[in-house]
Amino acid sequence: MNELVEKIGQCVERGKVNKSSPYPNDMKGMDGADEFTRQALEAAVGPDAILQVCNEGMQRIGARFSRNEVFVPELLMAAKAMHAVMVHLEPFFKTGSIRAKGKFVLGTVAGDLHDIGKNLVRMVIEGNGWEVIDLGVDVKPAKFLEAIKNTPGCVVGLSALLTTTMVGMSKTVQEIKAQFPATNVIVGGAPLTMEAALKMGADGYSPDPQGAVAFLDKVSVANITQ
Amino acid sequence: MRSLLAALKNNNVLISDGAWGTFLHERGLQPGECPELWNITHRSDVFAIAKSYIDAGADMILTNSFGGSPSKLEHYGLQDRAAELNKAAAVISREAAGVDHFVLGSIGPTGVILMMGQVSEKVLFDGFCLQADALKEGGVDVICVETMSALDEACLAIRAARESTGLEVICTFTFEKTIIGEYRTMMGVSPAEMVQAVKDAGASIIGTNCGNGFDQMIEIVREIRSIDPITPILVHANAGKPVFQDGKTVFPETPERMAAKVQDLIKSGANIVGGCCGTTPAHIKGLVNAIRVH
Repeated sequence: MNELVEKIGQCVERGKVNKSSPYPNDMKGMDGADEFTRQALEAAVGPDAILQVCNEGMQRIGARFSRNEVFVPELLMAAKAMHAVMVHLEPFFKTGSIRAKGKFVLGTVAGDLHDIGKNLVRMVIEGNGWEVIDLGVDVKPAKFLEAIKNTPGCVVGLSALLTTTMVGMSKTVQEIKAQFPATNVIVGGAPLTMEAALKMGADGYSPDPQGAVAFLDKVSVANITQ
Repeated sequence: MRSLLAALKNNNVLISDGAWGTFLHERGLQPGECPELWNITHRSDVFAIAKSYIDAGADMILTNSFGGSPSKLEHYGLQDRAAELNKAAAVISREAAGVDHFVLGSIGPTGVILMMGQVSEKVLFDGFCLQADALKEGGVDVICVETMSALDEACLAIRAARESTGLEVICTFTFEKTIIGEYRTMMGVSPAEMVQAVKDAGASIIGTNCGNGFDQMIEIVREIRSIDPITPILVHANAGKPVFQDGKTVFPETPERMAAKVQDLIKSGANIVGGCCGTTPAHIKGLVNAIRVH
């Protein structure tokens, strides 16, 4: 059983979705995340054990992305493999036998239509066991505020690519903090730095998705111990 | 139609224009507004930008059509006006450039990642053909496929432009320095991989744009030159990495600093030099003085 579970984790890390997927080249024709997950569940492996190895696989690929050893395509394929596992695990989430670590409200700020960075963050954070509420691109402050109201205890992530939307991002952070001072906000995007993030009032900044996971893990531990 | 390649013979160094996007915002384009729609609604502002670079001494200017692919315009519900908006962009720049300056038709990325299967190659290819055709109809001399990061998308755009218009095609990629000091695009493409692929697809001028300032551009050009000693290289450099200061976005590199560095960039192998985000007519004027006076 352990061997099957480990294979699922490897498939997630390598981005091997299923048997028919041609990616990665050296795993052509082999079973992928889809097949191994089905086999594991048939062999009565617990869904939480499967989720655990997937989270570890996503963490490994996320860390390699942070170290610039792999790039966007590898991360996207890992997320796709993770998704293939999640299709099998969905029923267990519905019955409550496994649960997400917490909720993360995410969106690209008003005036900015770029979604690649935001989607990468979503995939990696989902892959690490969080439920993500994705508000999309060009998200006005009011929409963030409404989502936070409807998602008690959530953490919020704001993304921006354009240098011109950093001003709007700052306003969004301030509006969120004015209404929900206890809500943690993390920001990310090409034009940003930690200094700029803290200046606009955010609680955290990360240049890559894995840093956002580390931030979420940190604040969720803090919330539990409060 | 004039040949940019011919104008680069005899080791001529030519000067391109500066920023469009950040310049449009300065003239009042709001975040979330479609820049290409300004070719119709704010024609005089777009013309003023184009003309300001000609007046600064640039040999060539681009067109306000970076986001003019149908896939990109779809965000604004303007995909059906792609031909109209691109043609208008070309007409405006041609009017500002007159007959003795080059106009480069700008084609930027669609924002779609092909390998994720969100859209077919054919849809993107047809969109690039439509955009390139409209730019040609509006009077551009050359197509400039710019700010690319994925090989598949860049090569589709180049092939579409070559096949549908027959014009010379420039292709520039945007590289970032990794933590171990190599240059890669966000999709993991190295300068060496870019050079071979875009030349095979039909680009006759290659290069790099955007980025984090002049110093890194010099390193990237050196790397391209070490692989390819012949193909002309175009560089459109940002005025440094933007910093967020007192509620405003500021680009740190001044016209003086850029001008002081431009000879190093040319020595490293660049044949066409201009600016990207954050650069202004003053930056271009600085480049003109530094290059022409020497």
